[in-house]
Amino acid sequence: MPDHAQLLPGTLDLLILKAVSLGPLHGYGVLLRIGQISDSALLIEQGALYPALFRLVRQGLLKASWGTSENNRRAKFYELTAAGRKRFREETEGWNRLATAMASALAAKAEEV
Amino acid sequence: MKLLAWYRSVAAKFFHRSETADDIDEELRTHIQHRADDLGRSGLTRAEAERRARIEFGGYERYKEESHEALGGNFLETLQQDVRFSLRTLRKSPGFTFAAIATLALAIGANAVVFGIMDALVLRPVNVPQPESLWAIEHFESYPNYVDLRDRNRSFDGLAAWKMVFTGLDTGNNPASAAGYATSGNYFDVLELQPSLGRFFHSADEHGPNSAPYIVLTWDYWHSRFHDDPGVVGRTVQLSKHPFTIIGVAPRGFYGTLLFGAPDFFMPIVNQEQVDGQDLLNARGDLQGIFETLGHLKPGVTPAQATTDLKSVAAYLEKTYPKEVGHRDYTPAHPGLFVFGGPARAFLAGLMLLAGLILLAACANLGSLFGARAADRSREIALRLALGSSRRRILRQLLTEAVLLSLAGGTLGLLGSVVLLRRLSMWQPFPTAPMRLPVAPDAPVYWVALILALVSGLLFGIVPVRQVMRANPYEVVKAGSSGRIGRRITVRDVLLVVQIAICAVLVTSSLVAVRGLERSLHSHFGFDPRNAMVVNVNLPQAGYSGDQLPIMEKRIVQAMEAIPGVQRAGLATNYPPLVYAAATGTHIFKDEARDLRPGNAAAEPYRYDVSPGYLEAAGTALLVGRDFSWHDDENAPRVALVNRELARKLFGSAAGAVGRYYKLADGTRVQIVGVIEDGKYLSMTEDQESAMFLPFLQSPPKASDLIVRSNRDPKQTVTAIRAQLHQLDPGLPADIDTWNNFLGVALFPGRVATMALGVMGLMGGMLSITGIFGMAAYSVSKRLRELGIRIALGAQRTELLQAALGRALKLLTLGSAAGLVLGLLATRVLGSIVYGATPRDPVVLGGVVLAMALLGLLATWIPAQRALSLDPLILLREE
Repeated sequence: MPDHAQLLPGTLDLLILKAVSLGPLHGYGVLLRIGQISDSALLIEQGALYPALFRLVRQGLLKASWGTSENNRRAKFYELTAAGRKRFREETEGWNRLATAMASALAAKAEEV
Repeated sequence: MKLLAWYRSVAAKFFHRSETADDIDEELRTHIQHRADDLGRSGLTRAEAERRARIEFGGYERYKEESHEALGGNFLETLQQDVRFSLRTLRKSPGFTFAAIATLALAIGANAVVFGIMDALVLRPVNVPQPESLWAIEHFESYPNYVDLRDRNRSFDGLAAWKMVFTGLDTGNNPASAAGYATSGNYFDVLELQPSLGRFFHSADEHGPNSAPYIVLTWDYWHSRFHDDPGVVGRTVQLSKHPFTIIGVAPRGFYGTLLFGAPDFFMPIVNQEQVDGQDLLNARGDLQGIFETLGHLKPGVTPAQATTDLKSVAAYLEKTYPKEVGHRDYTPAHPGLFVFGGPARAFLAGLMLLAGLILLAACANLGSLFGARAADRSREIALRLALGSSRRRILRQLLTEAVLLSLAGGTLGLLGSVVLLRRLSMWQPFPTAPMRLPVAPDAPVYWVALILALVSGLLFGIVPVRQVMRANPYEVVKAGSSGRIGRRITVRDVLLVVQIAICAVLVTSSLVAVRGLERSLHSHFGFDPRNAMVVNVNLPQAGYSGDQLPIMEKRIVQAMEAIPGVQRAGLATNYPPLVYAAATGTHIFKDEARDLRPGNAAAEPYRYDVSPGYLEAAGTALLVGRDFSWHDDENAPRVALVNRELARKLFGSAAGAVGRYYKLADGTRVQIVGVIEDGKYLSMTEDQESAMFLPFLQSPPKASDLIVRSNRDPKQTVTAIRAQLHQLDPGLPADIDTWNNFLGVALFPGRVATMALGVMGLMGGMLSITGIFGMAAYSVSKRLRELGIRIALGAQRTELLQAALGRALKLLTLGSAAGLVLGLLATRVLGSIVYGATPRDPVVLGGVVLAMALLGLLATWIPAQRALSLDPLILLREE
């Protein structure tokens, strides 16, 4: 798996928020959605998802409710709360700023210095 | 909003714990099922798909656990797990568990008992409403002085006073000894008490001497003697042959205003003459009239202001009655312990300190045991760390283990202390005195035990913290548990030395106390208590008073001397020396003194009025001069015997005093006819006091005690004495006991102190044994392989022991030396409680060294045997 990137610490929460922001999902769905939107470039150990999900619920950023999955299994569905949406926007902006800054820093060439 | 969500989540955890656990489980399982569904679609069998899904998921239990924690700590569940795990590990090492619990039970039990006593005697005030504002003048006082104090002070809402009376209470042909309070009429009103039955007497009932023949029973006496009969109110009983009407019963749980006391009844002090046989109401100079004066301070008045106010009354009294009243120092104190308050408080504080030290030693002991255990378990801990457990989690589990142990020990210790305290409260140290120990295990005691248990659990629980924090899983797993053995000084070593030092302090002080007590039993008191009986014939109780007293007393003394085997008999007033810790001091003046105010007094000796024969009966040596004879009566010139100390004070020497004169407080000239040896009068530990003995026929009539010296068996003597008394007057009540038994009261503080210290010393010793044992056993077991190699290489037994136990013994020596020095310093304090307690005593020094050596031997015996019986072959093959 050479094309898999290791997740930076702290980025899992943001990815979960992003995934859920596109519509309510159960845990496995979140995993699939992240794989889908990142073109399977990001590697997440499956179990690690759950402590992160519960942490977000506890922080009041997500809310969970039991429902039935497309496979007809009982599953817990997560969606963003108002606070979660706000946090998602902030973190996205922060990440973009950081990414832009990093990108421009790394793109610098010798003659530009 | 967030807070609310957090709160909801936490609340949900608490109330639906298992539900969330199931939820998490179900959610994780659903995830795996979903994954397996997907994998199945790519053609795998269901079983294979599920297997793959599980592998992809990762550590199921770990993520479940982390999810739990992510949901809000889940305190209770973790605790439950820890407790379960701790119980399992503890069960695996029953020896350790037993030692730890026993140690803690002893230490916490000791603390609970001492605290229980302290709580009862020092911290808890007497049982009346608003005890905070109740202050007492803890002085013997005369009744007229009390009346002036009551009427002239401006600080108290009301001032009451009382004295003890001992009499017989007769409900109709069944006289039985009874003790009571003779109180001022306002006593109950000042204390703001309500009767549980009938009514109390009040100031309005007092109309001069013998005007208020009423008594109020204590609840306990009403219960035991009158069987809770509500009909007693209005009944007439006889006190010392005088009729008194029972008007009420005091509230339950009220035992008067002296903590140790257990009176049977209360009577108005205006009637005291009928019971005491002498009138104290008008004797301004006689300080036996009032035992204690007490009252509530007015709102806003501070004790300091009250002291100033009382000082001005004292100055008025001194100025107005210069002959009778000397300088009086009125300092209000909280009532309850009377003058014994100071020493009792100091002693209890010291005892509490020792108990605290014991607990500290126990904690040190357990701390090092715990440390050793953690070291032994380093492999297990390393494994847990390697498997992904957090250090915090491991520490938490270790602490849970410690607290579990301490709670178990605390509970056991508390149970023991409750039993002991109950026993103590039933205990009657002196059958002849109305005393009780008001100790009862109650809420504060339970709390203290619980808190001590928790604190000590945390204390010894944190010892292994550093070890765990430092543990490097790779190192430990690689090297194996035998690892390296530090040669450095470790926390464990320091703890052990501290603990041994504490133990040595305890052993030293208990030995000093025991030696002191032994010495005081064999010391010379200025009389010989062996073969002497003290007979208290309560003549006023039998109806004798005034001039009838000396006539009857003379007849009794002569009747006693007629008993075969009785060598001599004599009587003394004011209680014979060292009986009931009671003695009366009085001012005397030089012969040439003109101004007889107390400030000019030449000395304040104890005064005893004695009969001829008293000196021989008591075994007191006459140094020079003559004893009294029956001719020294009111018609003869006034004479006196003084002790050597008083002779020295007045005239410089014993020989020079005979034939000289001095003046009594009332100005009477008396001639010294003899000088007797010095003795102890009030307490064993007192400095040499002066004393004078006057012929009882030349003194005001008073109740007295007989001393009967006999060479016959005490039991037969008692029977003979009773028979003689019965012949004189069948109604004579008499308490008879050996003088030695009475000395028990004087020796009581020292005895209690010695007992307490002995118990503490024993506990300290036991703790040291377990501590040294733990250390030695641990060091031997850690170095089994090394020792085995040494044996294989031909090490001698001594070398082997040196290697195995040298360190433990070195620590023992160091700790004992430190403890001995500290103990010797500490026992200086003991001198004031136990007579003759001195640390400069070769027996004590030798005893401590011997005791510590024995402790060391005992503690290292088993580890030494184990080291010596090693079979190197088995050992070396094992690893």
